[in-house]
Amino acid sequence: MTLTLVGLSHHVAPLALRERVTLEPTAAAGLARSLGDAVCLSTCNRTEIYFGEVEEREAVAALETLAGEHLDGVLYRLHDDSAALHLFRVAAGLDSLVPGEAEILGQVRSAYEAATPGPLVGQVFRQAVVVGKRVRTQTSIGESPASVSSAAAALAAQVFGDLHGRRVFLIGAGRIGELAAANLASRGAEIAYVANRTVDTARELANRFGGEAVGLDEIPARLAEVDVVVSSTSAPEPILQAREVPSRRRAPLFFIDIAVPRDLDGAIAKLDGCFLYDIDDLEAVVAETMALRHAEAARAEQLVADEGERFRAWRASLDVVPAIASLRAHAEEIRTSELAKLDRRMSDDALRTLESVTSQILNKLLHLPTIRMKEAAVTADGAEYADAVRYLFGLEEETP
Amino acid sequence: MVEAFFWPALLGYGEAAVAYASMRTTRAATWGVRLGWLAQTALLIAQVVGTDGDFPWSSWAGTLNLFVWFLVGTYLIWGCRPRFRLLGLTVMPLAASLFLVARIGGGTNARVSHYGDLFLVLHVGMLTAAFAGFTLAAGLAALYLWQEHRLKGRAPDILKMRLPPLASLEFLAWRTILVSVPLLTLGLLIGVIRQQRDGGTFDERELITLFAWIVYGGLLASRPTGRRAACLALGGFALVVIARVALAGSHFT
Repeated sequence: MTLTLVGLSHHVAPLALRERVTLEPTAAAGLARSLGDAVCLSTCNRTEIYFGEVEEREAVAALETLAGEHLDGVLYRLHDDSAALHLFRVAAGLDSLVPGEAEILGQVRSAYEAATPGPLVGQVFRQAVVVGKRVRTQTSIGESPASVSSAAAALAAQVFGDLHGRRVFLIGAGRIGELAAANLASRGAEIAYVANRTVDTARELANRFGGEAVGLDEIPARLAEVDVVVSSTSAPEPILQAREVPSRRRAPLFFIDIAVPRDLDGAIAKLDGCFLYDIDDLEAVVAETMALRHAEAARAEQLVADEGERFRAWRASLDVVPAIASLRAHAEEIRTSELAKLDRRMSDDALRTLESVTSQILNKLLHLPTIRMKEAAVTADGAEYADAVRYLFGLEEETP
Repeated sequence: MVEAFFWPALLGYGEAAVAYASMRTTRAATWGVRLGWLAQTALLIAQVVGTDGDFPWSSWAGTLNLFVWFLVGTYLIWGCRPRFRLLGLTVMPLAASLFLVARIGGGTNARVSHYGDLFLVLHVGMLTAAFAGFTLAAGLAALYLWQEHRLKGRAPDILKMRLPPLASLEFLAWRTILVSVPLLTLGLLIGVIRQQRDGGTFDERELITLFAWIVYGGLLASRPTGRRAACLALGGFALVVIARVALAGSHFT
């Protein structure tokens, strides 16, 4: 049996094409089930079909139907160990746009659980989930933020620790500011106030986050009630001066200024208990953490390679399993038929003893050949050893 | 018997001191701390057994041995977490070095002391435990100031080389001092009672320790936060160091 992968990803296919072949999880599961022994992994960056006993042209046709065109130039095809290694890299987040992104592992697991693959495809997906988890627990690849918005939230956590119950003031309705607020909210912070030049937009955002809309003129008065300020307006001048910030000796105040030109007076950074990060600071932090991710990716690649080796050994052992099973069945047949001849001439006790002794002899005799064949299976000689055993013992060419 | 526990304890502390240098070996360092501390606990028990229940830590080296045990024990309870790697990197080399010095000074032997007095045993034991707590609190306060400096300075590697959050450092330092101050108070009171009984005189070491008590007591009473709390914790620790090291020979015994 051969493991095959056909698919396309952000490495080879433009966004317009990827959009056409991307499937919702239920549709991807439906496609996999219609093919049979297959799993369809479809995300915004890739659509890949892994299959065993399925005709390759069927899988290709399914993708081409979705794309509405021939995919000869962009479709990649991988087989056996290469296909497995690719899936392991995908599950580890090493094939993603941002190395180490965590979402893909859940997508791999869901795709596998929604499909009905055979033993080979099932095994490779189970190993992929294991290696994905191992990469996340044994390396720091996923610990560092990969975007300005997530870096802002991570920095706030460096000041406050747990963000549950911390209050956030969102100023402006800029996209990155909104993302930063969402990131803070996902860590447990509460979006307490939203201020914007356009009151309707402020209200809409406040409703979405469960906060209160306030006017820009209320900012200084509300600062005493919050822990984090995220600002991303398009105002040409700073909207908050250092002199307007209340004393924060007893509780720190963390400012995130994502606006260009900057919204917040740079002198705020010098105030006791105040911390200020602008867009350049955040980008510098992200650049450092991305370097860390790339460094950790080298360690993750080693874990993936080790798992690839385990898969290769497991798959190779499948080649000799039928021969081992036939040999054991053949030996057991001889043993039972010889014992049957003694059946009437011996007492029950003596027969039981003989049963036990012959079983032990058989197991001891076959133990070493079994181990040696499994060891040989990992090398290229596995099939030859299996043939030799079949020839020497006159075994039928049967597979279990 | 005592020998059999000293080397495993030193090995555990030494391994932790080295392993804390890398983020990848933090878990191994934690195990070094745990196993080393268990070995030192066994060593202390062996010392007590070897002196027939007498107080075996009466010498400066013996007290140092006890101090290391309290220090590592407090660290194990409060700060032995992967995120506190840099605290471990501060505490464990210090603990390993002091433990070795205690050994060289004969503080890890089962030597019979002349402390037949329960008051003195409690006085030394409580003060040693309190000083161990203040040492750890000083480490946490120093980390706080460094982390605050990096956050204020917007260091680009702030998330690459992560320290514990400011709030955690402040809370742990506060909690350590909160536990240590009652021990210091009781230790001092017991010492004063014994001094009154035996007719000793008030010396410089007691005076400096009293100043330290005022600093830590003031810290607990006024509950300052942030940089001010960290500076007070470090100031109190400086007085502790003066009392323990610079004025070691001037104390009434």
